[in-house]
Amino acid sequence: MPKAVLFDSVECVGCRMCEEACAKRWNLPYDDTIAQQEKLSRQKLTTIQTVGDRYSRVMCMHCADPTCDSVCPVGALKKTELGPVVYEERRCIGCRYCMLACPFNVPVYEWDKRLPRVSKCDMCHDRLKAGKPTTCSEACPTGASLSGERDELLAEAQRRIREKPEAYHASIYGLSEVGGTNVLMIGAVPMEQLGMPAGLGPDSLPVLTWRVLEHVPNVVTLGSVLLGGVWWITQRREQVARAEGRGGNGRKS
Amino acid sequence: MNWPLRMPRLTFWRAVFWVLMALGAYATYVRFAHGLGASTNLSDAFPWGLWIGFDVLCGVGLAAGGFTLAGTVYIFNLERYRPIVRPAILTAFLGYVLVVAALLFDLGRPDRLWHPLVMWNPRSVMFEVAWCVMLYTTVLAMEFLPAVLERWNLQRPLRWMKPITIPLVIAGVILSTLHQSSLGGLYLIVPNKLHALWYTPLLPLLFFISAICVGLAMTMFESWHSSRAFQRHLELPLLAGLSRVLAVLLLFYLALRFVDLNHRGVLGQVLEPGLESYLFGLEISLMLLPMLLLFRGHVRRRPTAIYLCSVMVILGFVAHRLNVSVTGMETASATAYVPRWTEVVVTLAIIALGFAIFRFVAHRVPVFAPVEEPATASGTPAPAMAGFPVRETG
Repeated sequence: MPKAVLFDSVECVGCRMCEEACAKRWNLPYDDTIAQQEKLSRQKLTTIQTVGDRYSRVMCMHCADPTCDSVCPVGALKKTELGPVVYEERRCIGCRYCMLACPFNVPVYEWDKRLPRVSKCDMCHDRLKAGKPTTCSEACPTGASLSGERDELLAEAQRRIREKPEAYHASIYGLSEVGGTNVLMIGAVPMEQLGMPAGLGPDSLPVLTWRVLEHVPNVVTLGSVLLGGVWWITQRREQVARAEGRGGNGRKS
Repeated sequence: MNWPLRMPRLTFWRAVFWVLMALGAYATYVRFAHGLGASTNLSDAFPWGLWIGFDVLCGVGLAAGGFTLAGTVYIFNLERYRPIVRPAILTAFLGYVLVVAALLFDLGRPDRLWHPLVMWNPRSVMFEVAWCVMLYTTVLAMEFLPAVLERWNLQRPLRWMKPITIPLVIAGVILSTLHQSSLGGLYLIVPNKLHALWYTPLLPLLFFISAICVGLAMTMFESWHSSRAFQRHLELPLLAGLSRVLAVLLLFYLALRFVDLNHRGVLGQVLEPGLESYLFGLEISLMLLPMLLLFRGHVRRRPTAIYLCSVMVILGFVAHRLNVSVTGMETASATAYVPRWTEVVVTLAIIALGFAIFRFVAHRVPVFAPVEEPATASGTPAPAMAGFPVRETG
């Protein structure tokens, strides 16, 4: 069963323990200055975003059909059975198409390095495999970040909305966005108002390019036959013309 | 073919060339010693800039004359265009080599350029483009090979090349069709990021048609320049013929653009004031004006007019590709990307290098059809690939 993370904006107090735990896991520096930068960067693979008196959390959404997995020319980004989308550095050529294509603008780059890497949250893939929760949800003191089975977390999100309808907006972000994600978010207002990308439909984005790519074999076969046919006709016409002594096209004798 | 040996003189363009080479060398040092952050204005919010938008997207399109003319002459047997096939193939080959050179600057790990050969992801448009570009560059090298073989009069390999001419040309046309359209396909994945004036499911088709347009325009542009640089006569009837085809294609392209905008219900945005609509207007004007001019017979009889139209089409094409890759992406990224000087200098140095290599090769290898030679009689040997019939030497 695929794992997931549930983020509950109503329960979040903005303590940034998740940020700190994440930085520790990746051996990244973490201090007050970095804490104040509320955007993803090579130093920060997850961040709290303050919107008025509410908080939201930015991290890789681990899409069910990830755009990054589909666009990567060398298969460096892969969706695992377990749920996380993981990055295999030794394949990466640094084309940064994943960064351009990601609907959540998650992958970030080591711009200052001579041999740079992409970095992004991997949902603590190794910890999940060992049966442990993600480090961010382990560090969360309020239960705003939880990790577990996706369907169980979905039920939990629905339960919270059902039990406190006055506190929650009745929508779950990530349930169907770009075909569903393995990070689910709930809050007092729609998550789009807390900085999450708006206007993402229920279809996964890789469908858009596959619609074109699936025709490649047709172009190759039909194209060869068609061009070969045209060539055969034109050269045959020229042969006949020459045999009849009329001279070929453009080569008058 | 003896070219008079001359002492190199310092002309204006030579000075420009060497200044660009010097600046380019320094920019190259900055890029590889200090990374992309120091040499570009790219950021996490704006990961693709001038090197992808111009050097790759435009570079590949500008080299489209190669497959267009090879197909015209070898498949559709329009023999009269033969004299301009070979320069077009040389331009295309150099174009692709320089695109790969630009990619080495843009890729974070240029040392892993070869990875798509062994690490596959057939769902990726980028993967398809990578393979097509690799294969097509090889095809172009083989299409140009006969010119090199002729230079040293290697008759036997020339004979070996003959039977594979047509399969090579067909492969070239198919590979080009695939990747020229796929460059537009790269942007199908960003429906929420690319501005509505440019995001359309028709992007692959639009990129393909505009590539053929600019391939023809580049052929006209280059004929005009080489007629001056090499003191050759201009193949005016051929250029007039190409101009007519270009006008029809531009009409089709523009009609498609507006039908598509209307169909998607965003035609009104064309008139909304803003950077996007101004640049859209510029892009469309640079295609519309040459189209209107080239439909007029007396324009097509004047070399200068043809030349100016080809320049406009090239600029209009570049404007479209930069609008897709830069302008159209800026609003959604909430950044204002302007290329750093190093990005501009590397781009200009690569263009200058392209001109210089073309000149160097054209002076040493028979690229242009012989001028004085009388039309070969009926006993012409079946022509080898890439260009005018093989001359019987000795």
